[in-house]
Amino acid sequence: MSGRRRLVRALPLAPAVVLLLLFLAGPIAYCVYIAFTDLQLTGQARASFVGFANFRRAFRDDAFLNAVRLTLVFTVLSSLLGQNTLGLALAALMKRASKPVRTLTGGVVVTAWVLPEVVAGFLLYAFFRREGTLNAILDWLHLPRQNWLFTLPVLAVSFANVWRGTAFSMLVYSAALDGIPAEITEAAEVDGAGGWRRMWHITLPMIRRSIGTNLMLNTLQTLSVFGLIWVMTRGGPGNRSQTLPLFMYEQAFQNSMIGYGTAVALLLLLVGALFSVVYLRLLRTEV
Amino acid sequence: MPRARVSRRLAADVCLLVAAVAFALPLAWVLLSSVDAHADLRVKVPHGLTLGNFHAILTPDITYTPLLNSLILCGGATALTVGCAALAAYPLSRFRSRLNRPFLLSILFATSLPITAIMVPVYALFVRVNLIDTLQGTILFFAASQLPFAIWLMKNFMDGVPRELEEAAWTDGANALQSLVRIVLPLMGPGLAVVTVFSFVMMWGSFFVPFMLLLTPDQMPASVSVNDFFGNRGMVAYGQLAAFSVIYSTPVISLYVLVARRLGGGFALGGAMKG
Repeated sequence: MSGRRRLVRALPLAPAVVLLLLFLAGPIAYCVYIAFTDLQLTGQARASFVGFANFRRAFRDDAFLNAVRLTLVFTVLSSLLGQNTLGLALAALMKRASKPVRTLTGGVVVTAWVLPEVVAGFLLYAFFRREGTLNAILDWLHLPRQNWLFTLPVLAVSFANVWRGTAFSMLVYSAALDGIPAEITEAAEVDGAGGWRRMWHITLPMIRRSIGTNLMLNTLQTLSVFGLIWVMTRGGPGNRSQTLPLFMYEQAFQNSMIGYGTAVALLLLLVGALFSVVYLRLLRTEV
Repeated sequence: MPRARVSRRLAADVCLLVAAVAFALPLAWVLLSSVDAHADLRVKVPHGLTLGNFHAILTPDITYTPLLNSLILCGGATALTVGCAALAAYPLSRFRSRLNRPFLLSILFATSLPITAIMVPVYALFVRVNLIDTLQGTILFFAASQLPFAIWLMKNFMDGVPRELEEAAWTDGANALQSLVRIVLPLMGPGLAVVTVFSFVMMWGSFFVPFMLLLTPDQMPASVSVNDFFGNRGMVAYGQLAAFSVIYSTPVISLYVLVARRLGGGFALGGAMKG
């Protein structure tokens, strides 16, 4: 094939490539650059190169380490334990349940997922507030009430993320479970394997690729949650629910340290890129 | 055995209903409060139904302008995304090239990058090139951030359209663009709808991107302006907040229902991540 012909054939790629280079690859490159400068929001003519100072500073900064810890807690609680497990449980139950119940539950769970992030934040804010629904239920059950957003803010935002994100895992696992041939489960049943053993020895190994994919995508999504936490707690009280995205935002804008905020962003991006590579390896037969 | 099966089904039904109630409680709050004249933060039967909350917020300032801004932003960016993705998917799906695999791998890699992390540098960059606080800048960024996934989806859907029809068109002298627009795209209507709706829904709900890139209150989409119910208006009118949330959420939920029904539940996931 001639070079000219090849060029003409690749031409339709041009608009997408230009957009991606200018608005996605460009900012990432710029991110790498300003993470090594002391760029500030105001009043500074030009930023100067400071090497790894921003990163050294981060690892000595208690607020940063606090954000890393909270991000880990938030991710493990809401993505690994919450969305993933609950999504699998719902999908497995749906295989057995009657059709109206299946449709109803699926509808409600998916609605929570489709709802705009900020609205989801308000709904869960109302749910967890001192005068909100959760405490009303606890009163009704004669259980002690809590000021959830004050005493356990990370737990509250983690639950919020489970509420909002479980539908995705549920859909992935529903599709995966549908892909298991009925003969296999039936054969195991005839051999006398009970529900839990079937789940552990047959179902889970057969859907392990879906589990990997789902964990990866859930974690990536959870790492970048901003709006939900912002609406519910603004990262507070104090910084007790300040995950990395909120910390990055605060450094860059409330404290005007764009360089420092970007260094934190770069770390977040690196973690994301690492997960992304693992995800690609899981999918490698697909491309 | 049949009895065991019946009781198992019953147990599953009960568990699912408990989960459904738990998930429905926050949703019930927004629906009930929106028609409650004395709404507060807990789920309760309204004291007298009213449309007062809706009347109060259906003004240009509170509702119409932000929704129109959302529509311009998300509509413009979706059109750009879908157009670019359709063009890009065509050579990726139809012609073999050594570059296809690395390109698709980079695209897939980009789909899972946390966009949140690059917003600070994007802000700094936009200040530099004077795109900050402009609708067109935000549209371009939205489109670019959604493009990787859109290209990936679009390419998968396009692979499902048989080539024979196009080959007939090629013999009749149609070029690539003509066969894309006249033959391939019409044949992948449902796929096109999924990509369009998915992009639109993602952008409609996005808070962080417009929150960072737009500054003027008049330009803010609904996802950002909804926060004004807390900040500037003193006492929070929860009924009005709920009513606004209902109006703001309705378009994306209806779009989702439309597409989900047409594709029978599996939605985008079937094409996006067989795994």
